[in-house]
Amino acid sequence: MPEIHISQSQLLPEPGAPDGTAPATAALQEDSAIRKFLLSRGNSAIADRGFHWLMVLCALSIFGIVVLIAVELVLRSHLAWEKFGLDFFYKASIDAYTGLPQYWDPVNGHFSALPFVYGTLVSSFLALLLAVPLAIGVAVYLTEMCPGSLRAPLAFITELLAAIPSVIYGLWAVFVLVPLLREHFNPWAIKLFGWTGFFSNDNPTGLGFVSAGIILAIMILPIISSLTREVMSAVPHSQREAVLALGATRWEMIRMGVLRNARIGIVGAVILGLGRALGETMAVTMVIGNSPEIRRSLLSNGSSMASVIANEFAEASGDLHLSALMEIGLALFIVTIIVNAFARLLVWAVTRGAPARVN
Amino acid sequence: MGVGIEVTNLNAWYGTNHTLQDINLNIPANHATALIGPSGCGKSTFVRCLNRMHETNPIARVTGTVRIGDLDIYNDITPVEIRRRVGMVFQRPNPFPTMSVYDNVAAGLKLNGYSNHHVLDEIVERSLKNSALWDEVKDDLKKKSGASLSGGQQQRLCIARALAVDPEVLLMDEPASALDPVSTAKIEDLIFQLKSQYTIVIVTHNMQQAARVAEKTGFFLNGRMVEFDSTHKIFTNPADKRTEDYITGRFG
Amino acid sequence: MVRDEHKLKARIRAGIDGAATGLAVLSTVLVVAPLVAIFIYLVYKGASSLNLDFFTKIPKPVGEVGGGMANAIVGSAILLAVGSLIGVPIGIAGGIFLAEFGRGTKLANAVRFTADVLNGVPSIVMGIAIYSLVVVPTHFSGFSGGVALGVMMIPTVCRTTEEMLLMVPHAVREAALALGVPNWRSVLSITVKTASPGIITGCMLAFARVAGETAPLIFTAFGNSNWSTNLNEPMAALPLQIYVYALSPYDDWHRLAWAGALVLIVLILLAVSLVRYVTSRGVLKGAS
Repeated sequence: MPEIHISQSQLLPEPGAPDGTAPATAALQEDSAIRKFLLSRGNSAIADRGFHWLMVLCALSIFGIVVLIAVELVLRSHLAWEKFGLDFFYKASIDAYTGLPQYWDPVNGHFSALPFVYGTLVSSFLALLLAVPLAIGVAVYLTEMCPGSLRAPLAFITELLAAIPSVIYGLWAVFVLVPLLREHFNPWAIKLFGWTGFFSNDNPTGLGFVSAGIILAIMILPIISSLTREVMSAVPHSQREAVLALGATRWEMIRMGVLRNARIGIVGAVILGLGRALGETMAVTMVIGNSPEIRRSLLSNGSSMASVIANEFAEASGDLHLSALMEIGLALFIVTIIVNAFARLLVWAVTRGAPARVN
Repeated sequence: MGVGIEVTNLNAWYGTNHTLQDINLNIPANHATALIGPSGCGKSTFVRCLNRMHETNPIARVTGTVRIGDLDIYNDITPVEIRRRVGMVFQRPNPFPTMSVYDNVAAGLKLNGYSNHHVLDEIVERSLKNSALWDEVKDDLKKKSGASLSGGQQQRLCIARALAVDPEVLLMDEPASALDPVSTAKIEDLIFQLKSQYTIVIVTHNMQQAARVAEKTGFFLNGRMVEFDSTHKIFTNPADKRTEDYITGRFG
Repeated sequence: MVRDEHKLKARIRAGIDGAATGLAVLSTVLVVAPLVAIFIYLVYKGASSLNLDFFTKIPKPVGEVGGGMANAIVGSAILLAVGSLIGVPIGIAGGIFLAEFGRGTKLANAVRFTADVLNGVPSIVMGIAIYSLVVVPTHFSGFSGGVALGVMMIPTVCRTTEEMLLMVPHAVREAALALGVPNWRSVLSITVKTASPGIITGCMLAFARVAGETAPLIFTAFGNSNWSTNLNEPMAALPLQIYVYALSPYDDWHRLAWAGALVLIVLILLAVSLVRYVTSRGVLKGAS
């Protein structure tokens, strides 16, 4: 007899044993009212299938919307594309009177987007220059240095920055930032750096690339910062501890243990910020000065791809003008898709697919 | 009253994993049948085949026949319909978190369109009494959230929920394994009392539990059913050496 | 000698550490400062112009003093309502698809990617696209503005819905299915209901974001200096009005712009704070 842990008394009698257990097969029983009701409900196959297809339809409509937008942009920019081709993005015509290159000339029907590409790039680059160090600084502070009780409120404040609408940034920039620059920064910059050619004295308004760059920097800061924080938090603690165990100071630990590991993600965060800066419209439109020329001085008026559309679309003179603006819109569309996709790829690589909650 | 279950040549796959191989057995009506075996032997998969819950996994596949009463559950009716006749209680209690105790018990009926409040009240009361939870919740039925009960109470709530739809078979997948001994004892008492009205199949890791509540026991190993016989015989004089090894604790 | 070298090195390293900390703190201050500055300035400039007139009167003709932005506030509310009617159902349905039906499929990945693309489209481009699609065949209208805003809401609603639904434990779904509840009923009455606090939060977030959008409205709703509640006509909107007034040469309009900005930002910040509050309290307190 094998050794078993169950005593005989615990076992139940066999089925069919004389103490009155029910027979092995049940007699057909009258179904209760509940059972009857449920039996009558059917299998809802149609409702299930219908629901499934409804959800698929809505999901596909998201697809459809993006396709519609893309198609519409392509169709409407066709006219300008036919007329100018790739030249649209760089070739100027020569003004008959002055002999100077003319890029955007609604009167004579010549359109080249180079000034706007230039403006977008310059303002975005300036914005990144200002925003990236600050954003990483804030991220480092909040993730590694900040006392626990301050962290939530400070993080909340940086995220509030992201919630402020563009037009309010623009409003503030027009009435506060621009006069500030005009009175205090510009004269100083011209005096100190005028020799570089990047700061000249021909624009007394205070509008221009620098204003646009600064306000853009404030606007893209929250994205870069919060994503950098996410990426830094994703670095496992073991990395930090390993560096500390070697006797590193806190900054050395941050630099070697965290930032080095997170650098791909940080690059992604920066690129995402760039993507946002490229498409930003309202605040930039209000302070960039809106001049369709290419000038070297950062203090001069300029225009960005987004701002020229905002300014000229409503009163576009003729189909070609409108088509040219549409083509600029299409270019913006494509560029932002590529930039955003690339950025998300980088961030995903570091956070392994945790959803990048970006404003 | 419950019905018997007849399983013929049941094979189950999860993708390429042949989880169940050639299972044949007859589960008697109005009895409790225990399924024992080491982890991963397929007993949970087996009970999920009895109410077609394994189909919720898109890579699952089944061949063979399962007859519950006189219905071939794979060919005669749809999964939704069979699950109204074959209730299931899971290993971890899973009451609906946003619903009150009352709504939890009535869920199977309300969500299927039943709305007669008087009858629902009766059914809720009866189900809670049958699952020995009535006294503990009767004052607060509609306000108390299902999730605010203790683990043992939650499991009894799940049993009440399953009973409310008046199933013919009740499947229980290790119903007490996540509970403390007192709750476990309560649930075992419950099974003892319920089996005269329903056919109960209980998967368990706990051999003493099987011995306490079930008349018949099946021993599963590596996807096969090694032995199926009266509990008495399995535990005192098993026919197969593997059963004997498991019973005596040589593995598992 | 070596000892001194080590001491010097240690000192330098400590110095760098201190400098780094200082820079980090400085950055934080520089980041927080604009927010505080902007908000204070807004309150300062806007509060004085906020009176009952602001909320009840429409703008006076150019050059005259007084009037308010009542039409813009009402217009924004209407546009946001239309936008929500479009964006919320499609967004939630998309989220349900991604979480419940399409999990892991190629189609789901494509939809998710597309939603991200939609999210990244610059709002001005959205404006000219909707202009092309809706305004050209018809005319400037509140309806087209609502469509533009609604489309912009979709990605946020969709993503948060998916996230929240994925957080509902599998056991809850199984419990419903095991009762013989049809799949559609289980998804709606159990899974979605369990995740509903989070889903609502996502909708509020999307709402707060499009509430301040101007660019998509410039060429769709177009703005209106009179009372406009007719969706078939151009409609005023608060951000749009602020934009136009800010760039105008009239001091009085500037004053109104500040007041409008204050109202707008208070509403948005309230919504965002509410969202934060709800999420930090543990949105799915029932489902764990």
